[in-house]
Amino acid sequence: MGKYTEDDLREELKTKEYEYGFYTDIESDTFPVGLNENIVKAISKKKEEPKWMTEWRLDAYREWEKMKEPDWANVNYAKPDFQAISYYSAPSNAPKYNDLSEVDPELLATFKKLGISIDEQKKLTGVAMDVVIDSVSVATTFKKTLSEKGIIFCSISEAIKNHPDLVKKYIGSVVPTKDNFYAALNSAVFSDGSFCYIPKGVRCPMELSTYFRINQAGTGQFERTLVIADEKSYVSYLEGCTAPSRDENQLHAAVVELIALDDSEIKYSTVQNWFPGSAEGKGGVFNFVTKRGICEKNAKISWTQVETGSAVTWKYPSCILKGDNSIGEFYSIAVTNNYQQADTGTKMIHIGKNTKSTIISKGISAGKSQNSYRGLVQINSKAENARNFSQCDSLLMGNECGAHTFPYIEAKNKTAQVEHEATTSKIGEDQIFYCNQRGIGTEKAIALIVNGFSKDVLNKLPMEFAVEAQKLLEISLEGSVG
Amino acid sequence: MDLKEKLVSSFIAFENQVNIDSYVHDIRTEAIKNFENIGFPTKKNESWKYTSLKQVLDIDYSIFPSENTALDYSKIKKYLIDDIDSYKIIFVDGKYSSHLSETTHEGMDICLMSSALNKPKYAAVIENYFNKAIKKDGISDLNTAFSNEGAFIHIPKNKLVEKPIQIIHFSSGNESSLMLQPRNLIIVDENSQLQIIERHQNLTENEVLTNSVTEVFVNSKSIVDYYKIQNDNKQASLIDTTSIVQENNSICTLHTFSFGGKLTRNNLTFSQKGEHIESIMKGITIIEGKQHVDHNTLVNHIKPNCESHQDYKGIYDDRSTGVFNGTVVVEKEAQKTNAFQANNNILLSDKASINTKPQLEIFADDVKCSHGCTIGQLDKNALFYLKSRGIPEKEAKALLMYGFANNVLQSVRIPELKNRITNLIANKLGVNIGFNL
Repeated sequence: MGKYTEDDLREELKTKEYEYGFYTDIESDTFPVGLNENIVKAISKKKEEPKWMTEWRLDAYREWEKMKEPDWANVNYAKPDFQAISYYSAPSNAPKYNDLSEVDPELLATFKKLGISIDEQKKLTGVAMDVVIDSVSVATTFKKTLSEKGIIFCSISEAIKNHPDLVKKYIGSVVPTKDNFYAALNSAVFSDGSFCYIPKGVRCPMELSTYFRINQAGTGQFERTLVIADEKSYVSYLEGCTAPSRDENQLHAAVVELIALDDSEIKYSTVQNWFPGSAEGKGGVFNFVTKRGICEKNAKISWTQVETGSAVTWKYPSCILKGDNSIGEFYSIAVTNNYQQADTGTKMIHIGKNTKSTIISKGISAGKSQNSYRGLVQINSKAENARNFSQCDSLLMGNECGAHTFPYIEAKNKTAQVEHEATTSKIGEDQIFYCNQRGIGTEKAIALIVNGFSKDVLNKLPMEFAVEAQKLLEISLEGSVG
Repeated sequence: MDLKEKLVSSFIAFENQVNIDSYVHDIRTEAIKNFENIGFPTKKNESWKYTSLKQVLDIDYSIFPSENTALDYSKIKKYLIDDIDSYKIIFVDGKYSSHLSETTHEGMDICLMSSALNKPKYAAVIENYFNKAIKKDGISDLNTAFSNEGAFIHIPKNKLVEKPIQIIHFSSGNESSLMLQPRNLIIVDENSQLQIIERHQNLTENEVLTNSVTEVFVNSKSIVDYYKIQNDNKQASLIDTTSIVQENNSICTLHTFSFGGKLTRNNLTFSQKGEHIESIMKGITIIEGKQHVDHNTLVNHIKPNCESHQDYKGIYDDRSTGVFNGTVVVEKEAQKTNAFQANNNILLSDKASINTKPQLEIFADDVKCSHGCTIGQLDKNALFYLKSRGIPEKEAKALLMYGFANNVLQSVRIPELKNRITNLIANKLGVNIGFNL
């Protein structure tokens, strides 16, 4: 093997194309472009929603109209024209399947190309899949096993129809409609998403999973996810995304709300691989997501994310530690390459006594990308004995990228213990040399170092997902990670 | 009429007092226009998120003190480091007090801003340096607009200034409330050394707001030590903007001791224009009551092979609030930069709060940058250890807090100043530690 240097790696990174860029031709039922009250009403009508839901959407829309798109994040992009987007798109013939063989073969082929075919997943992992293509649930598996335990796992539109009490009680309770510009937009126009309820004392027997994909050109995707873990229950929820290669920018503004009641635990893992744009920085997905969870007494919420895609990412999975002894965790790997920009991090709001939070964030920047960590740790005056540990490490590859850290720490209680540390470095020549000396080629060495760098976070992923996450790191930093 | 309008309209009165056909006056005119547009910073401004000027600006300050007030040396002696030989530039209510001061023109200029602005022999220096280091924002523009008095220090090449320079601003209390806007310019040419001690002191319980701007130019191979003592009373507020520009192989160390004042805001900027530069920022903050101290630092690494080091310690009691907002920017060209930032805080009361935001913005890959920040309490085991050896709780706590702040004190190079600060800390902690630490 010839000498593989960091320059070669950079060259490879620059020229690496998006592997999953293809486009499935499914007849779609798409709304006219633009947004107004009628469109909001039409979406609601299309979903056969009750009146309170329509009103809720309209309220959100009215709030959204008053708001301005935020620009405080450390990202630059051409602001999307919200009147040039079609706000609803659903595969036209969307009957509910009981069997995989009934599913449109073209869809199945799509998943096969992604290497995540449903049948394979079913066999290998026992993961119940709520497959979302362009916003409408097409197939839901393992539903029976789940329903025996009393677990509700369905699309949010079904939940609105079948479990209106739960939805009414919790939707918008963690992320209010007027929380921010994108959350308001999502509340007004969300087309579908997932709903999950774990009853008291139930430990969900399998990992719940949803795949989101943007498929229809020029369609924004507005997902809404609501996960409720009742007292003493446990659930692990997985979410993964890939999107086909499209030239114009696509907008993704999802809202995820987690509610962890007393003594419950929610583990929410994400692998995000939306189309990052071409090597010249053309196209790519805008990912503006609001994710937040609330912990009651002794509850725990753990966010794990692997962010490798999207042209622009703007995402802060947060925990409100309301109950005493509650725990919040955030583990993140964000990889940016070419012209990608990521501004991501978390918020830990300590309200209850003896609350604990841990933040581990790893940023890897290559090419001409910009990678920022932005986080807030807030200890309120009533939060006795609150404890936080944060660690943000950045790895830079090449001198055309940037790594930034913006940690906000606000402590109002004398018993608080807060630690924050951040480092920025590159792969040391001495580290490579050390590996070379022991007969490990430079390429392998870089792989080794990047893997080691991200290990703390990869370890937190559920096993099945860790494999996929490794795969994504591999694609994002092709040639370096084995 | 609010303070902003009052300031803008009194600019005309100010113009009657100064030479308006000068290079500097064009800068002033532009600055007042900027201030009129921007105004005072509000909490909406990201870098002022945690510091509100509202209650400070609500007071009807006199902008031009009416007369020269003479102060007796015995009255101010305790505010000076009087056990060392030093140059002194002393102002009372913004006016230079010649009988208290000790300046020089022998081989170097340690004198006044007003004379530097008016005497033709300084014109070239003023054109080269004046207002060149300051970032244009509302608050420093306001100072620039009214800049007329302050310290002017110009040290030529290869000069070791043996005596430290003390710059002290007193407010006599002749005005019921007073706004001061001192402007200092310090230029240290190649291969020279200089030590400066700066202090602002309010002598009565009348309100004082000081908006001070200092520009420091540290040329190649020079070494500058700058000490700021902020131990004012509860009626005095201070907004201090200090911008330091460093050239090749220079070292600049700045210590800030914030022990008092109603509201203290420090805007500190280091720009590293050459290679192999060292910039060191150290601070101790010990406050109580309703005091507020905000440290806002920015280090700009522009060229390769430079270092910066920040170490800020804070102890907050009662309802006091502290802010630390430190930014390190490493530009593309600044490879092999070594930047370190630490901010450690202790909260002693449930009503006290601290907001800290250590920020890194890095555009170069071959760098070593790290920051750390902690909020915590005194170690219970250590406290028990001391108590079990017969040291009363109060003293034991004081000892631990002293230990916490100690490594900042270690780099103070004037022994008399170090003693003074140690005593100030002991006073603050309300104990007589019984030995000179």
